[in-house]
Amino acid sequence: MTDHEHHAYDVVVIGAGGAGLRAAIAAHEAGARTAVICKSLLGKAHTVMAEGGIAAAMGNLYSEDNWKVHFRDTMRGGKLLNHWRMAEIHAQEAPERVWELEQWGALFDRTAEGLISQRDFGGHRYARLAHVGDRTGLEMIRTLQQRTVSLGIDVFMECTVTDLLKDGDRIAGAFGYWRESGRFVVFEAPAVILATGGIGKSWQVTSNSWEYTGDGHALALRAGATLVNMEFVQFHPTGMVWPPSVRGILVTESVRGDGGVLRNSEGKRFMFDYIPEFFKAETADTEAEADRWYEDKRNNRRPPELLPRDEVARAINSEIKAGRGSPHGGVFLDIASRRSAEYIQKRLPSMYHQFMELAEVDITADPMEVGPTCHYVMGGVEVDPDTGSSLVEGLFAAGEVAGGMHGSNRLGGNSLGDLLVFGKRAGEHAAALAAGSAGAGSAGAGSAGAGSAGTAPKPQEEDLAAAGRRALAPFETEGGENPYSLHQTLQATMQDLVGIIRTEAEMQKALDTIGELAQRIEHLSVEGHRQYNPGWHLAIDLRNMLLVSEAVARAALERKESRGGHTRDDYPTTDDWWAKRNVIVALEGGAVTIRQQPLPVMPPELAKLLEVSQ
Amino acid sequence: MTYDLKLRVWRGDASGGALRDYTVPVDDGEVVLDAVHHLQAREAGDMAVRWNCKAGKCGSCSAEINGRPRLMCLARLSTFERDEPITITPLRTFPVVKDLVTDVGFNYRKAAEVPAFSPSAAQPQAPFKMAQIDVERSQEFRKCIECFLCQDTCHVIRDHEDNKAAFSGPRFFIRYAELEMHPNDDGDRRQLVQQERGLGLCNITKCCSEVCPEHIKITDNGIIPMKERVADVRYDPVRFFRRRQGNPS
Ligand SMILES: Cc1cc2nc3c(=O)[nH]c(=O)nc-3n(C[C@H](O)[C@H](O)[C@H](O)COP(=O)(O)OP(=O)(O)OC[C@H]3O[C@@H](n4cnc5c(N)ncnc54)[C@H](O)[C@@H]3O)c2cc1C
Ligand code: SF4
Ligand code: SF4
Ligand code: FES
Repeated sequence: MTDHEHHAYDVVVIGAGGAGLRAAIAAHEAGARTAVICKSLLGKAHTVMAEGGIAAAMGNLYSEDNWKVHFRDTMRGGKLLNHWRMAEIHAQEAPERVWELEQWGALFDRTAEGLISQRDFGGHRYARLAHVGDRTGLEMIRTLQQRTVSLGIDVFMECTVTDLLKDGDRIAGAFGYWRESGRFVVFEAPAVILATGGIGKSWQVTSNSWEYTGDGHALALRAGATLVNMEFVQFHPTGMVWPPSVRGILVTESVRGDGGVLRNSEGKRFMFDYIPEFFKAETADTEAEADRWYEDKRNNRRPPELLPRDEVARAINSEIKAGRGSPHGGVFLDIASRRSAEYIQKRLPSMYHQFMELAEVDITADPMEVGPTCHYVMGGVEVDPDTGSSLVEGLFAAGEVAGGMHGSNRLGGNSLGDLLVFGKRAGEHAAALAAGSAGAGSAGAGSAGAGSAGTAPKPQEEDLAAAGRRALAPFETEGGENPYSLHQTLQATMQDLVGIIRTEAEMQKALDTIGELAQRIEHLSVEGHRQYNPGWHLAIDLRNMLLVSEAVARAALERKESRGGHTRDDYPTTDDWWAKRNVIVALEGGAVTIRQQPLPVMPPELAKLLEVSQ
Repeated sequence: MTYDLKLRVWRGDASGGALRDYTVPVDDGEVVLDAVHHLQAREAGDMAVRWNCKAGKCGSCSAEINGRPRLMCLARLSTFERDEPITITPLRTFPVVKDLVTDVGFNYRKAAEVPAFSPSAAQPQAPFKMAQIDVERSQEFRKCIECFLCQDTCHVIRDHEDNKAAFSGPRFFIRYAELEMHPNDDGDRRQLVQQERGLGLCNITKCCSEVCPEHIKITDNGIIPMKERVADVRYDPVRFFRRRQGNPS
């Protein structure tokens, strides 16, 4: 098949974060010949940056905690728009998945009894997050990486997938290039799992890295799959605001979970002014009660600083707009006056380090300045909750790139659990599907087996040629635009017009700009040659960023209410009609289309769990 | 406050290259990685560099800044003389791919050689019971972000290509130490690390600890105790046996 480097597997996993690695381990253990592909080096995916912890109702500190409470918290945090079945599976299986990490060598912080310690986080009724200081993601990815390597799973690192390949209606593999050489590579496989993470690099102030260009979302759309909940983008309430170079870098929610409070320029704990009706019954309304809660959760309600993230981000936004912000346009996050220096250094070592080295602020002595930062996308590929399968045969998705689990707003700690629970399921089901479609690289047969059995899907020669041409286009144009400046324009557009607070007029304007940019990326020029060329890589990624940005803006325009990570100035309240509807995005004839779809109906016994019982 | 920064960046590939001079506007409070990004966006779009988190958490942006192995995202411009150029070169111990990107495959090969964690017969199945005080020693080593700066600086391989085959390097000595000190691991990798992974070649210069951005005490807490444990197993099995019984002699 052409002169490209060529590989054949049963299951190809795109992405080596928590979801991708867990999926690969599961597929391998199910007997599938499995490959993992990632844009960065192994171990550098976004998962490594996660700080706070993994939410799992193990009940190590509060025996009252169980999957039902976790399910309820997740659904309420997502303002009931979550796919109930995903929230249910997640809450039930997360503890097993955490113990499994321990089985593979992870070393979580311990309770006095020697069990895995659990910490408080926003929206979780009980202390629930398994953690290692504030570097939980590092522990998770290293454990999974070490497991992957010891099982001998093939890893293709610094390799970027640009297109999915199909044979008729079925997935047949993936096409990509090696970053190091710029050479093309073709993966033939009957099952492909997207585990590519998020989309945040299209915003200016973001906690996300260069990798978060929405590749998986865009690949899924182009392959004929659908996206759900794309209007819901999470702005984490606490990103760094100063100095400019670190603007957007995350300040973990654990600071608040461990006792930190938010104050405005007048020194006031302003969150008490922003407790919404929906959470009144479970939120403390005096500082005294809020402070007692850290020690005694049974008899006190949670501090308003630990409301779900959308609430806190909007509150901070309002304080800043009202002129009560900090000197550099944020608010104050104060743990110094509330906990001992020793406690802070022990519980939040990496925050201590981060502020000391990057901002010259000693968080054990002074408050931090923080403000909202684009952090996570709730929206993603519409999947079957049990298997992770998209609407396209052979295409699966897990982790941040999948949609449904978090509804309109994700609770902290629920992503890491999501990666493990649904990564494993996607891996198992992809392996099963591959086993059923004998052919490409099927177990033991090696790549020689490709195409020998009748039913294996085959990539089409003309698709490979087209994918190659598309990727090389930026080298053909002389004197065209610089991809870096185009990227900056997109970021400014999404930041200003499709940010925390949205209006119809602004989103229309964003769509106009996106349309214009889509024309302009046809005429990008890049310098140099194909070997490790970031300008070229960005030019390729921009195609995905524009498609996904358009998906977000169109979905956001469609939803005429405010809910979770979608706040509209022109429709400021939640709406019962919209409470029962998802917005689905598809790509039809090259155009982004939008449709409404009724929410799946929750069984009554689960619905009962949602009532607040204090 | 914006000012013009002079940067000298090594540009080239495996076939050769040279330092090139640039001037780029930067802001107070920025880090070396920001300056490199400005440079990419303005006039060197094809300049190769690795980065991800921009916050010292992923270990991607390793380079040598004025000859010293460091993370570019933690190197604040305010700590350099304003009028002096800042020189950035790729890690010297690993083969250059292009510009600031090197082939760090050496480290991934060494990682693949480490025998995995193996739970003890006493507690074969998680959830395990382990006390905080017992997991802390290994937790220190698990802070490693795999920036490979310690590997880059270690003289055993920095200028001795031929040592690479039989030397895993400080990053992996602490990985072996971590497993050795894991309260519920049954493996015994001491002979292996001494005889086949090159622990004996380390002469405790501590250069690795000095460059570690995570401030892991690689030598004091990892390498030296490992050397002692190796000595134990080699010369005094009885003492080793007692120590394993929880009776530090
Ligand atoms: C700073 C920070 C802190 C966080 N803290 C927490 C926390 O405490 N608790 C929590 O639950 N969640 C947290 N989150 C969220 C959570 O970390 C992420 O949502 C999660 O790690 C995403 O994992 P993933 O496996 O889906 O994707 P990632 O870990 O992002 O991995 C994506 C992978 O896909 C690869 N990839 C992407 N596109 C391509 C392509 N085209 N070709 C090949 N490979 C590709 C990438 O290279 C990468 O390997 C945090 C996020 C951030 C940014
Ligand atoms: S102490 Fe040993 S491992 Fe560390 S740099 Fe020196 S020789 Fe290398
Ligand atoms: S031990 Fe320190 S210097 Fe070495 S790779 Fe790990 S973090 Fe980097
Ligand atoms: S970019 Fe992650 S350590 Fe520097």
